[in-house]
Amino acid sequence: MNVGNVPFVVAALLVVLGLYTFLFKRNLIKLVIGISLIETGVNLFLVALGYRTAGIAPIYTLAPAGRMVLPTPQALTLTSIVIGLATTALLLSFAVFVYRHYGTLDAGKIKELQG
Amino acid sequence: MNALTVHAPVLLVAVPLLGAFATPLVGRFGRSARNVFVGSVILFTGALAGLMAAHVFGLGEPLVYVLGGADGFGVPLPSGMQVPVRILFEVDAMSAFMALITALVALAGTWYSFSYWRERSGGDLYHSLLLLLTAGIFGMELTGDMFNFFVFLEVTSIAACGLIGFRVWLKHSQEAGFKVMALYTLSGILVLLAVGLLYGEHGGLNIAYLASRVGGSLVDRIALGLLLTGLAMKAGAVPLHMWAPDAYGEAPAPTSAVLVANSQASLYGLFRILFTLYGATVSVGALGWILIAFALLTIAVGVTMALVQRDIKRLIAYSAVSQIGYMLLGVGVGLAVSVARPEFGRTAMHGGIFHMLNDAACIGLLFLASGAVIRASGTRDLNKMGGLAHRMGWTTGFFLIGALALAGVPPLNGFASKFLIYESSFRLSPILAVIAILASIMLLAVFVKVFQAAFLGPASREVGEASTGMLVPMAVLAVTVVILGLFPGFFIDRIVAPAASALWSGRDLYIRAILGG
Amino acid sequence: MNSGMSIIVRTVTRFVYGLVIIFGFYVIMHGHLTPGGGFQGGAVVASGFALLLVAFGAAGVKGRLNAHWLQTLEEVGALAFLALGLLGIGTAFFYNLLANGGGLFGAAAGSGPNTGVLNSGGTLPLMNWAVGLKVMTGIGSVVIVMLVAGREKEAE
Repeated sequence: MNVGNVPFVVAALLVVLGLYTFLFKRNLIKLVIGISLIETGVNLFLVALGYRTAGIAPIYTLAPAGRMVLPTPQALTLTSIVIGLATTALLLSFAVFVYRHYGTLDAGKIKELQG
Repeated sequence: MNALTVHAPVLLVAVPLLGAFATPLVGRFGRSARNVFVGSVILFTGALAGLMAAHVFGLGEPLVYVLGGADGFGVPLPSGMQVPVRILFEVDAMSAFMALITALVALAGTWYSFSYWRERSGGDLYHSLLLLLTAGIFGMELTGDMFNFFVFLEVTSIAACGLIGFRVWLKHSQEAGFKVMALYTLSGILVLLAVGLLYGEHGGLNIAYLASRVGGSLVDRIALGLLLTGLAMKAGAVPLHMWAPDAYGEAPAPTSAVLVANSQASLYGLFRILFTLYGATVSVGALGWILIAFALLTIAVGVTMALVQRDIKRLIAYSAVSQIGYMLLGVGVGLAVSVARPEFGRTAMHGGIFHMLNDAACIGLLFLASGAVIRASGTRDLNKMGGLAHRMGWTTGFFLIGALALAGVPPLNGFASKFLIYESSFRLSPILAVIAILASIMLLAVFVKVFQAAFLGPASREVGEASTGMLVPMAVLAVTVVILGLFPGFFIDRIVAPAASALWSGRDLYIRAILGG
Repeated sequence: MNSGMSIIVRTVTRFVYGLVIIFGFYVIMHGHLTPGGGFQGGAVVASGFALLLVAFGAAGVKGRLNAHWLQTLEEVGALAFLALGLLGIGTAFFYNLLANGGGLFGAAAGSGPNTGVLNSGGTLPLMNWAVGLKVMTGIGSVVIVMLVAGREKEAE
């Protein structure tokens, strides 16, 4: 196996772990952690896309000569991290309110909206 | 006026955004100052949308706006090919059509919200979120860059969920907000994964650039599958529709109307990807049949679930879900035959796209009317309300118009678009038309039941007519429904046909506007 | 959370808190030359706010961090960002009007590896500041609401 594929394998592993947590855990906070794991995996995948062999960071200030990695995926990942932050904050706020109203964080018991 | 038209694509996003950020500041000066400010922002936005649409329909080719620069946005590669580097907004006739729909629904929803929030505090942040949602929906419809589309998708997800869970004193809305946010986030992540895959494979993010490079390789197909799943989840197609009744049911009534525009914007994204991005690959016919399968499932499940609902807003939500199926059916038939290009494919596209406009107007009208009904009778349970027609004549009339139009009764607008869909899907396979007609009949039965439960019968309590501020937006939407129904040919020729041909046959124009030659 | 932590933590926080804020401002300021920029620096400053809250508890911070001011500053930051975007609307939205202009942040930036000129970049450093202001006040508000208001509701 090519060692350059390791970041992609790890990203896939993170996404699978996050999906497992999201689908099979019942505590609301664990659901949020699962979503966060999936987002981390996708961010890692995006950053790993831009790597060029033996490349240096794409910054011109005091840069030595040489190839630079692609800067666009880094911008994409940064935006994605910010969006993930806003999403997680909103999800956790809803979890706080659900706990205040229902008294429990178990997703199996919070099923009043059905049908 | 010319400068305004040139900058209109970006101003359609920037002005509501500016309004959203400034509303809490203006709200410090009092409720009427805030209402005037928000009302003028949304009026200006609506006027801009109309200006831009008139310009684009007359132009005949996509309008390109370069963010951040005026001179060439192409950077020449060593091979001599030009790569677009800036974020570009590309507005063709379909985008302009969607912008018109969004402007209509946002205007109605915002003006309705003024009287909806009259007795309560906290309206500043509510209007701020509503303007943010509007800005995000416009961004999704006007952008020409895949990652920009994802960013605006997430903006609308966050704003929509903030609005769904806004009334924190109601416990169901918090549960709905959590579930809807989790599903929206999942759909956004799928779209991001697909965008990453496409970037890694082809090295660009611009839709026109990707459209000229995408082929049938395995990575492209995986990206297509992910995009299909993510965007269908956000649009509300069965079997990924679980969030829709919770979202539409628990949001405040004017928000539910704008959420319909949200689902339609992601449906627009799906169409843009299928027709423009992947339009040249070989498996387009199979994709069309996949869309048709989704569509039939959505129509059937939506109407069936609507039959058994007791809550008026969840019932309208399920009917909204089933109408998404009609749009998918029309465009799916068009996609399935897009290789051979027979004439009924074009009719199907007209039907599907016209139905987007009709559905937005009718469902918006129904949600606004249901808001007035719930406000008057104090409950959302159909079994517990009744006899509202005695005192609320206007609201009854508007609800009746919306329900009949949605069920496809002539001479209202639902009939015009549904007839086009029936006619063209019958030519492809008779089963499709039969299911579609049956579902319309069932929908009529559903709304007869709702009308009888809510409006007819003895009056259960003392109610008054809905306030003027709530009646005027409903009247505007009802007049739109009636006019679209009485003169469908005019509207189809002027706005639907350019939009349909922009998707159906405008792929080369779209690519040429960015990549030249 | 109401009582804060021990005296060692509180004393060290008094020293470190200012350094954290200054480091955050440094990251925001140099966003166009080094890794960093608006969001990153804003998040660092907001973590300084969180440090204050954790070390001193909700009661100890009541006077220092005013939630009302934070929300006003947040809106100012957002409006400043959009206003900077509209500055160059004569050509296009987000057009960099001040770059290479000789005035504020107008010095020409060298291409290729160089030592980095702080005065360059045009509207970019200003946008970094607007975004940084919004992010630090935004995340600060979120942190305060989650740590302070949540506890107050439970104490009722």
